[in-house]
Amino acid sequence: MKYVLMFVETEEFVRELEAMTETERQEAFEAAGRWFTEHAAQITHHAHLHGPETATTMRLAGGDAIVTDGPFVEGKEVVSGYAEIEVADLDEAMALARTWPGCPVVEIRPIT
Amino acid sequence: MPPPHDPAHPHDPAHPQDEVRAELARVVREHAGRLTASLVRVLGDFAAAEDLVQDAIETALRRWPADGVPEHPDAWLLTTARRRGIDLLRRQATYRDKLARLAWPAPAEPDDRLKLIFTCCHPALPRTAQIALTLRTVCGLTTAQIAAAFLVPEATVGQRITRAKRKITQAGIPYRIPAGTELPERLGQVLAVIYLLFNEGYLTSTGERPHAADLAGDAEWLAAQLAWLLPREPEVLGLLALVRLHQARTGARFDAAGGLILLPDQDRALWDHEAIADATRLIERAAKLRRPGPYQLQAAILACHAEAPTWADTDWPQIVVLYDMLLALAPSPVHRLQRAIALHHHPGPRGGPRNALADLDALPPADRKALEHYPPFHATRAELLRATGHHEAARTADQHALAHTTNPAQHALLQQRLRWD
Repeated sequence: MKYVLMFVETEEFVRELEAMTETERQEAFEAAGRWFTEHAAQITHHAHLHGPETATTMRLAGGDAIVTDGPFVEGKEVVSGYAEIEVADLDEAMALARTWPGCPVVEIRPIT
Repeated sequence: MPPPHDPAHPHDPAHPQDEVRAELARVVREHAGRLTASLVRVLGDFAAAEDLVQDAIETALRRWPADGVPEHPDAWLLTTARRRGIDLLRRQATYRDKLARLAWPAPAEPDDRLKLIFTCCHPALPRTAQIALTLRTVCGLTTAQIAAAFLVPEATVGQRITRAKRKITQAGIPYRIPAGTELPERLGQVLAVIYLLFNEGYLTSTGERPHAADLAGDAEWLAAQLAWLLPREPEVLGLLALVRLHQARTGARFDAAGGLILLPDQDRALWDHEAIADATRLIERAAKLRRPGPYQLQAAILACHAEAPTWADTDWPQIVVLYDMLLALAPSPVHRLQRAIALHHHPGPRGGPRNALADLDALPPADRKALEHYPPFHATRAELLRATGHHEAARTADQHALAHTTNPAQHALLQQRLRWD
């Protein structure tokens, strides 16, 4: 089955990341990079998203599109990236998500 | 190994229709899970298999009271489910052919019900759905029976089950026993579901019926099946012992008018001493596996009570020690409250009502807040206040307890205590 793992950053996580020294931050990024390499067999595609301040949201209901600056929900938790994976079932997807060394929240969604 | 003993659903022998109902429930429960498990294996489709078995059970519950229970209820259920399946799945040739080849007796296979239980109690499903799905799929209860037991509309239960089955299919929730490293956590989920079900049945906080005995019986049966399927998991044995020990006191918990009798005042001759001995053996078996856990410790505490000749002759120091071990493994405000009750009766210098009251009043604010809406907390404080001569404060605490109680039997008891004062 195919799933998307959505990596979610919390405000606390962002603060911790900012408080790190340059070397510590570099190590954190490298740990995430290694994770993608180690699980390359199951990961079919992945991407990192730019920050929510770069988002543009369009609401298409009705005649004219309403364009707003920012993500579609303003919240303390922000999707910062995703990985598309191919595994046998939800338990395997959960086992993979459990090993993710980056941000503290991962949402798993099946895709067709 | 013979299949585990099936505790009969408690029922009132004065009502023959209750006896028929209990017998039907017992027969259905014995076969429903096994049949669902073999249909999931044959069809490879959890939702479809579950639907067919539910349909067969509903037919059985309509037909058996008039026609009598067939000689081979499992063969009857399989035939009914298969016929209905072939009918329903006419257009899906692969399912239809697989079903058509299915004969009774089914070839001996290892018991697949364990997979069924793990799927129903998967952490990706909400707790209410785990409970409803387990009752329906493993115990063979109908949606209407589940709705009646929990006093929720049938449509609500139906919707929970439909959503849960859709999620099982769409999210790819597997039908298998979790891998070794995942097993402890996932088994914990299963035990939590069974214990919750038991508590709901043992002393439900909703409705007119203070004792939903059927749910407690279903929970005991589930725990017994699990202990049979996983004989070397000490917490499973612990949970079964815990449930058995509670159930052993059923006959002494209510007076003739349905009023609740608390442990100190129960007639211990009415306890089921055979069940208590059985539970003690389970605790000993679990202890030999040398992996203590919260269910084993709670069972050991209850066993101390069950083996005491009177409330006063209870081994309170031992109970306090067991609560200390329990709190170290699984800190919980309710266990802290129960430890304070044991401390009240502890005969040593660290025991007595004054120490117990000091202990309760020293609870961390978070625990205190968690217990604020828990009637036994206020009832216990009232007892300790009364024992230390603070009668006015005791009355206030009893009134708090009364304000938070929805269970009619508990309500009556508290009202009686306020009147006596």
